[in-house]
Amino acid sequence: MSDKKLVEVQNLKQYFHVGGIGKQKKLVKAVDDVSFYINKGEILGLVGESGCGKTTTGRTLLRLYEPSSGKIFYDGKDITKANMLPYRRKMQIVFQDPYASLDPRMTVGDIVGEAIDIHKLAASKNERTEKILTMLERVGLNSEHANRYPHEFSGGQRQRIGIARALAVDPEFIVCDEPISALDVSIQAQIINMFERLQQEMGLTYLFIAHDLSVVKYISNRIGVMYLGKLVELAESDELTFHSVHPYTRSLISAIPIADPIMARAHKRIVLEGDVPSPLNPPSGCRFRTRCPYATTQCAEQEPEFKEVSAGHYAACHNLDKVR
Amino acid sequence: MSELLLDIKGERLSFFTSVGEVKALNDVSLQLREGEVLGIVGESGSGKSVTAYSIMGLTSYPGRLIGGSIWFNGHQIESMSEQELRKMRGNEVSIIFQDPMTSLNPVFSIGNQIMEVILLHTNKSKQEAYDRAKNLLELVGINEPEKRLHQYPHELSGGMRQRVMIAIALACEPKLLIADEPTTALDMTIQAQILELIMELRRKLGMSIIMITHDLGIVANMCEKIAVMYAGKIVEYGTVDELFYQPAHEYTKGLLLSIPKLNATVHEPLIPIEGTPVDMLNPPAGCPFAPRCASCMKICLKEMPPCTYLSETHYTACWLRQSEAWQLSLAEGGDAK
Amino acid sequence: MDNNLPSFHLKVDPADFQPATQEEKESLIVMRESVNFWHDGMRRLRKNNIAMVSLVVIVLVSIFAFLGPQIYPYSYEQQNRGSENLAPFEYSQDEIALQNSGEKVFPHLMGTDSLARDTMVRLMMGSRISLLVGIIASAIILLIGSFYGAISGYFGGTVDNVMMRLVDIIYSVPDILIIILLSVTLKYPLNALAESVIGFGWIKVIGVPLISIFIVFALLYWVGMARIVRSQILMLKEQEYVTAARALGASSARIIKKHLLTNCIGTLIVTTTLQIPAAIFTESFLSFIGLGVSAPMPSLGSMASQAIGGITTYPYRLLAPAIMISIIILSFNLLGDGLRDAFDPKLKN
Repeated sequence: MSDKKLVEVQNLKQYFHVGGIGKQKKLVKAVDDVSFYINKGEILGLVGESGCGKTTTGRTLLRLYEPSSGKIFYDGKDITKANMLPYRRKMQIVFQDPYASLDPRMTVGDIVGEAIDIHKLAASKNERTEKILTMLERVGLNSEHANRYPHEFSGGQRQRIGIARALAVDPEFIVCDEPISALDVSIQAQIINMFERLQQEMGLTYLFIAHDLSVVKYISNRIGVMYLGKLVELAESDELTFHSVHPYTRSLISAIPIADPIMARAHKRIVLEGDVPSPLNPPSGCRFRTRCPYATTQCAEQEPEFKEVSAGHYAACHNLDKVR
Repeated sequence: MSELLLDIKGERLSFFTSVGEVKALNDVSLQLREGEVLGIVGESGSGKSVTAYSIMGLTSYPGRLIGGSIWFNGHQIESMSEQELRKMRGNEVSIIFQDPMTSLNPVFSIGNQIMEVILLHTNKSKQEAYDRAKNLLELVGINEPEKRLHQYPHELSGGMRQRVMIAIALACEPKLLIADEPTTALDMTIQAQILELIMELRRKLGMSIIMITHDLGIVANMCEKIAVMYAGKIVEYGTVDELFYQPAHEYTKGLLLSIPKLNATVHEPLIPIEGTPVDMLNPPAGCPFAPRCASCMKICLKEMPPCTYLSETHYTACWLRQSEAWQLSLAEGGDAK
Repeated sequence: MDNNLPSFHLKVDPADFQPATQEEKESLIVMRESVNFWHDGMRRLRKNNIAMVSLVVIVLVSIFAFLGPQIYPYSYEQQNRGSENLAPFEYSQDEIALQNSGEKVFPHLMGTDSLARDTMVRLMMGSRISLLVGIIASAIILLIGSFYGAISGYFGGTVDNVMMRLVDIIYSVPDILIIILLSVTLKYPLNALAESVIGFGWIKVIGVPLISIFIVFALLYWVGMARIVRSQILMLKEQEYVTAARALGASSARIIKKHLLTNCIGTLIVTTTLQIPAAIFTESFLSFIGLGVSAPMPSLGSMASQAIGGITTYPYRLLAPAIMISIIILSFNLLGDGLRDAFDPKLKN
C-alpha cells in the first residue's frame, strides 16, 4: 500500500429528484457532502444500513450516476466531467446481485469477453478466447463453463463470473458493491478469500461496500461509516472496531450478534430506539440525533463537522467526550 | 423436564416438480419441549424452512410427505384434514416470515389484519378484538397504537411491519412460534431490536420458539438447542455450547471457521468450505456433504451415515465420528461387527 | 442412546474408511445439460398441441398458396370463354365437347366465376397475396416500431416525451381515411413511375392500392409495436446487467442492440406473429370495399365482395374465400398465443 492517492472524492453530493417541481421539489439526498480518499493498493470499507448512501457513493464515483455536485479525482486527475471511456478500463465494479447483473441471453464467455470487445484488447479471435479463459481460471472456473448460460450456475459461481468480467479489462481500482450479501454463508468465505488473493496478485485497490461490519473489518484497511448520506466516522479497521467514538458506530457494532455463546451472554447490547428516518426528510442538524442517546439541543441546530479526533481517525459528533 | 411439544420422527418430504423429484427433507427427526428455543441453521436448499412449514401442514402440491410422522401438541399432523389444520394455524402455532413487505396484505389496514386472526380463532366480539389488537401493538413496542391500527402496511417501516407480524402471530397466544429468518431483510440495528423483542416476549408469554436462520450469531445469542441442516438432513444437533465449542460435524466446523469474527484481534485467514451447494435434483447417494468434506472417506460417498451420539443431547450424522465411536467402544471391550 | 454399536448388521468394509480421492468426489458433481433459451421455449411450444396444429395449418396453406398455382393447370387471370359460372366439378359445353374428342380437361375444382376464371386458382393466389401482405407488412412494422421504441425507451426524458407524443398523434389518425386518400393521390405518380422507370413494372401488377396499403402500414401501424417495445426497454434498462455494461464502457448503440433488444426477442416474435393476422384482415377488408389489389389480381377480400351478389345461387364462391381468411387468421392467432406461452419470461419460472 503506497501513500499515493488513487481515488479521491471531495464534497460529493448526489441528490435524486423524486417528484414535485419548483418549490415543492422533493429530493432524496442520497449522498450529502462526502469526502474521502483511497490510497493505491488500499482497501477502504464503507458500511452503513439501508438508505445510508454507500451504494450510491460507489456508483457515483464511477460516474454511473452523474454527481449533483462535488469533485472526483482519479490518479490526480479531475474526472468529474471527463470522458469516462479510458477510465472505464481502470475503474471497475462488481455488483451485489449475481442473478441480475449477468445478461441471461449471453454465454459466460461473451459476458467476460464483452469488455475485451469494447476496448479492443484482443487482436484476433484466438487471443480473445485465450484472454477469456485466463480470466475464468483466475476466478476458479474453467473452459467448460465458457459456453454455458448464467442460469446454469449457482450464486457463488455467478459472482465469480461477475468478478471475471470486471478483471477482463485489467483494472487498477474496483468498487465492490455488497459482493457477498446475496451468497450462502459457506460460499461467502470463498469469495472473500478470492478478493484478497486477487488484490495481492494484481495489486488492486478496492472500495468495499457492505452492511456486514465483520466482513468489512476482515478485508479492509480503513473503514468509513455512513448514515443517511453522511460520513459519520472514518478510521483504520482495528481502531474503528475497538475504539470507535461515534454513537452510531458503537450501536452498530453492538448490534452485531456474536457467534460465540459465552461472549454473547456477557455482551451488553446498545439497542437504538426508533427507526431510520426517511431520506426524503432527514432531521435537521445531526441526522442521527433522533436515535442518539446523547443528543442535545446543539445537535438539532448545528451539523457536526467531520474532523480528525486522533491520528487518521475522523468523526462527526458534538458530544464525543460524553460517549461511553 | 417440561412437556414434549413437538416430535418429528423420520420425516421425508419431496417436491414433485416438472423437472424431477426434489428431496427436500430426507429423514429428519427432532423434538421440542415446552418453553424451549430451538435454532435451525442452514443455507438455501437445506430444508430448514420446509421443516417448519411441514409442522403447520403448509407444504402442499407439488410437495408431499412421503414418510415419517409429525406430532405437535396432541395432533398427528400428517393425518389431519385441511379444516383441522386451519383451526390449529394461528392458534396453537404461528409463523413470522422473512419479508414483512410481502407477508402483509397491502389493501387491508393493520388493525384489520390483526383482528382477523383474533376473530377467526376466538369468539370475541369486534370491540374486544379491537382492544386486544391495541394491546398487542403495545406489547410489541409500537407507540401510538390507536393511530397505527388504522394505517396500511406501506405507511410503516420494515422494522415496524415485522413487529406487526409478531403481533399477529402472538394474537392467540400460540404454544409455538416459528420465526423463519425474521430479520434477514432488516437493517442490523433494527435486527437487534426485533431479536430483543422476541426474547422479551418469550420471557413474558413462555412459548416455545423455532428460530430458522443462516446466521450463526443469531442462534448463539438466542437459542438453547441448535439443529444444523444440510441438503434435507440434520447433520448435527446439540445445545448451543456443545455446537459452538465442540462441533462434531465437518460442515458445522467449516461454518464456524469461515465466518469473519468482529472481535478478532489478529487477521486469521478464513478457511472456506470448498465446493458448491448440492443440486437438490441430483443429491449424492451417501452423505450430502461428502463432496465438500476435507475428511471424506469412500464410505461417505456410498452410504448415508447413521446418527452418532456424543452426549445425551448432542448427536451428529457423520461416518468419521461413527468410526471413532466404534473404535472407542472396541477399546473399551465392546463388540462392533 | 447406546447407538454407537450398530443394532443391525452393517457389512462394513474397513477399506471404505480410507479417505476418498479428489476424483471420486468430483465424479458426483455433474453439471446439468446446458439449456438454451430457444431450446427451452421450443420444447414448451412443441408440447402445445393447438399451437402445433396451427403451425401445420399455416405450412399447408403456404404450400397451397405458393406451390399450388405452379402446378395447377389454369392461371388466375385466364378467362376460359364458354365456361362461365360453372359449379365445382361441372364441365361446360365446350369442355364436354373437348373431352368427347379425346382430350383430357382438368376439372374446375371450385367452379368458375362470372368471367370464366377458375375459382380454385384464384383462391390460391388470393391466399398468397394475403400471406405476403401479412408477412411483409409485419416485417415493416417490426423494423420501424422496434427501432423507434428502443430509442425512445432507452434515452428517456425529453426525447422519450417528444417521440411518444408523436406516437399519440399518429394513433389518433383515422387509418381508412388515409388509405383512401393515399390510394387516390398516389395513383398517378406511381403509375407514371411504373411507366417511365424500368424495373418498376411490378407496380402495375400489384396495383397502386396495394402499394398504398404498404405505405400506410409503414406510416401508421408501427405505433403499436413501438409502444410495446418501449415499455419492454423501460423495464429492461433498469436491470443490473445494463448498468454493468455501462460500467464496462459500452456505447448506447451496443447496449440497445446486444442487451436490450436481444432480451426483448420473445416479445418481438410474439407481437409480430399476432400482428400478421391483423394485417391480413386489414388487407382483406380493404379489398372487400374495393381499395385493395386491382383486377385481375385476386384477393380473398375482393373475391368475397364479388361473390356477395350471387350468394344464393353460388354460395361456394363466398364460402371459399371466407373460410380461407378465417383459417389463416385463426392459425396465426393461435400460433401467436402458443409462442407467447412458450417464450414469456414471466411464466418461465
